[in-house]
Amino acid sequence: MVLEILVAVTVVSLIGTVLAALLTICEHFIADYGPCQISINDESDVTVKGGKDLLSMLTAERIFIPSACGGRGTCGLCKLKVLEGAGPLLPTEEPYLEKEERESNVRLACQVKVRGDLKIEIPQELLAVREYTCKCVEITDLTHDIKQFRLELIEPTTIDYIPGQYVQLLTPVYEKSDEEIYRAYSISSNPAEKSVIELIIRLVPGGICTTYCFEYLKVGDEVKINGPYGDFRLLDSDAPIVFIAGGSGMAPIKCMLHHMKNTDNKRKTIYYFGANEPRELLLTDLMREFEKQLANFRFVPVVCEPEDSNVLGCEIGLVTHAVQRDLKNATECEAYLCGSPGMIDATIKVLEELGVSEDKIFYDKF
Amino acid sequence: MNAGPEISQAFVVCVSAMFTQNILLTYFLGLCPFLGVSREVKTSMGLGLAVIFVLTSTCMLNWLTYHYVLVPLGLEFFRFILFIIIIAAFVQLVEMVLDRYSPFLYQKLGVFLPLITVNCAILGASLFMVIRDYSFIVTIGYGFGSGLGWFLAIIAMAGIRQKLANERIPQGLQGPGITLIIAGLMALAFMGFSGVLQGT
Repeated sequence: MVLEILVAVTVVSLIGTVLAALLTICEHFIADYGPCQISINDESDVTVKGGKDLLSMLTAERIFIPSACGGRGTCGLCKLKVLEGAGPLLPTEEPYLEKEERESNVRLACQVKVRGDLKIEIPQELLAVREYTCKCVEITDLTHDIKQFRLELIEPTTIDYIPGQYVQLLTPVYEKSDEEIYRAYSISSNPAEKSVIELIIRLVPGGICTTYCFEYLKVGDEVKINGPYGDFRLLDSDAPIVFIAGGSGMAPIKCMLHHMKNTDNKRKTIYYFGANEPRELLLTDLMREFEKQLANFRFVPVVCEPEDSNVLGCEIGLVTHAVQRDLKNATECEAYLCGSPGMIDATIKVLEELGVSEDKIFYDKF
Repeated sequence: MNAGPEISQAFVVCVSAMFTQNILLTYFLGLCPFLGVSREVKTSMGLGLAVIFVLTSTCMLNWLTYHYVLVPLGLEFFRFILFIIIIAAFVQLVEMVLDRYSPFLYQKLGVFLPLITVNCAILGASLFMVIRDYSFIVTIGYGFGSGLGWFLAIIAMAGIRQKLANERIPQGLQGPGITLIIAGLMALAFMGFSGVLQGT
């Protein structure tokens, strides 16, 4: 009986071991693709040991490509152009790529395996993406449900970004969430201050990240962010600017206004800011400051239900109505929108009715 | 030893495994990928071919292991564990080799291999061959026939589902619902073959 058990266990373990050894040896010899060179944007080369997927190789080289599923091929975010060396399109990639993307060699980085030298194209912005460790140095109440968080960069100590871009804030594991998650927030600070990031965050009831920021994050705590991401930015032209925002959509616009002030930009600018009640208006004083400092800037707060009309010198009604009433020379303007999807969709409709061409409307929906 | 009768028996077993004893439609094994990957004929084809290949080769490997290792040692009851280990290792190995030496085959079959490791039709076929006490040559025929049967079933299903994409299906039946009904109808149709071949 004992002997039988011993023999059985030995035989099974032996077969298992032999197979495992065989696989390991094969992996060593067969799946060894040697050093592979990845040429990025024809500018820089990195040499990696082949055999794994492109996404994890790039992450190991500290090049962060956005990815939400962690390389399982289910989110379709890690798109980049692979010009040479990727082999044919895989069935696992097909559902995520449009026809134009397939024709221009866009691939999912998590599915492309590095088997030889590759030539890839990564948007410049993504190359600048880093992970930053920061310290929360100030939390300011802007309204009853919007706070501004000031984060001082510890490592690396400075950040370069284009006004309008966003960062991802890491929410650590805490009482109400048992996994780490990232959420995107636009940068609202003055881009001249390269060692500080400010975020304007509105409390989402039940939101994992916003609840953490509002109830658990304290001055002095360490937080991690990565970025910058996004292509919401001011075009370099002379056309008059229309900013339209609501709630925490203030953030990227505020950053752009800082930048305009820093560079003494004289473009004609008008900023409609929508709120339901007067108590939801934020940073009005700062905007009035900008009106004085910028050559050609006008701030128009629009309140839907004022308790006491005209008390703040603001327009009454929906922000879209105010734009309709107030905006002249719409056809020449470039429009920059930031806010909730509902507000943005309604505003785009109004702007198009007013004659703003579609390619001059830029927005950041959240 | 005269292999003649064995070969003809292998042929009969192969045909019966394809139709009357279709591993998918009579035993309902390997149903998960059958429902999951049958949206397009092209992808089903890849998966089906991979199943034929893996089924045939693992049946052979498992037959050898069973008769030359397990039976002499009296360890037949270990076949479940060992068959699974062997199938998993074999599939991984094949994937690795394809990936390295044949990009064309990897593109067509390789990406489906990890899906197959846990396909119960593969293990099922290996266990049936033991229960039915097939000889080695018959086992080859059985493995190949079962794979081909699975292949035919999934191709037929994918063809039907591609047509269904343009049909108006009641809301509650969309997706898995209608697919299971079709699978049932297909199983009924395949049962019609049972009159053709008997005594296997």
